[in-house]
Amino acid sequence: MTRPPGSERATSTYRPPRDAFWFARTRNYTIFVLRELTSVLVAWTVVFLLLLVGALLNGTFQDFTALAARPWMIAVNVVALVATAFHAVTFLNLAPKATVVRLDGWRVPAWMIQGGNHSAWLALSVLIAYFILRSP
Amino acid sequence: MDVTDTEESVRQAAATRTIRLEVARYRPGQDSEPVFQDYDVPLTADWAVLDGLNYVKDRLDGSLSFRWSCRMGVCGSCGMTVNGEPRLTCGTFLTEYGDGPIRIEPLKGFPVIRDLVVDIDDFLAKLSSVRPWLIREGEELPLTTEYAQTPEQLDAYKQYSMCINCMLCYSACPVYVLNPDFLGPAAIALAQRYNLDSRDMGDRFDVLNLEEAVWGCTFVGECTRVCPKHVDPAEAIQRGKLTAALRSVLPWSKR
Repeated sequence: MTRPPGSERATSTYRPPRDAFWFARTRNYTIFVLRELTSVLVAWTVVFLLLLVGALLNGTFQDFTALAARPWMIAVNVVALVATAFHAVTFLNLAPKATVVRLDGWRVPAWMIQGGNHSAWLALSVLIAYFILRSP
Repeated sequence: MDVTDTEESVRQAAATRTIRLEVARYRPGQDSEPVFQDYDVPLTADWAVLDGLNYVKDRLDGSLSFRWSCRMGVCGSCGMTVNGEPRLTCGTFLTEYGDGPIRIEPLKGFPVIRDLVVDIDDFLAKLSSVRPWLIREGEELPLTTEYAQTPEQLDAYKQYSMCINCMLCYSACPVYVLNPDFLGPAAIALAQRYNLDSRDMGDRFDVLNLEEAVWGCTFVGECTRVCPKHVDPAEAIQRGKLTAALRSVLPWSKR
């Protein structure tokens, strides 16, 4: 922002140098950055699912299961599952901040929106689990 | 005896317990960067950090500079960094810090003019850029019509109207501290305050739907946590993102 002419200060202000480790300064900043970093593992989960779909379409499902059964891949996916769950829970908990639902002037409280989100998530997960885990 | 109650209480307090304030001093032309100076002030249950600073100014060191006015959490001028947290010093009590010391610094993210006084010109320019007033069209002066609102219409924006421009949210926001071009929490919350007002005819979309405005926010949420008036700027910004996203998909939807 430029100042109007004639209003320059006689003395200089002090500007602190840029803090390269700002995220380490408070616990809340650190948790925020960790939450953001879980996005990388969420992206990996999407890639893994796309690989699965690709294998099913190309008829290379055996190769895919062999890859998925390798210990390092299991380790990666366990970490990715934890990160994705953490990301999903925090994402759904923040939803009431972006969506203000009013019913006849009454504002639906945050816990109801969060509860609705988590219930829908649980219902979808149970549905998917039913189709995957049912005996053929 | 023409000793006032205040003087008497100060004397009694001084005889009992004190707490150390570590105050950041920056004297242009004398200091190249802020240095800390220690002061011992009386520790009483009803003294806020601001009372401690006023004690320093009145009794110990008249050269200390800081802003304050109302002493009751309304004017928004006494915001400082207290033990690393942006706080209104009039609402932060000395007893919250046990035996001390209490470290008092200027609000982070703003250039320091002197001691605890920061340059707020950038914030004021941002504030006026969102046109924080009721925008009306097609009305002739003088304005004589009364526009009554229902309690529901008032409730839609009231929370955001509680902002006192204390800038604690800017100081707590790592996005603003790292990138001073970011429009920032309070300005966006106040833009939403008028957008959600049934009497307002503007939408401020031109200043909100920008990378440096709502889209610059990464939703750290610290603005809401530190807000002394429970404005919830983070909510205002996320609602702004949703509105902007819907408008780009549904061009006919206004809000």
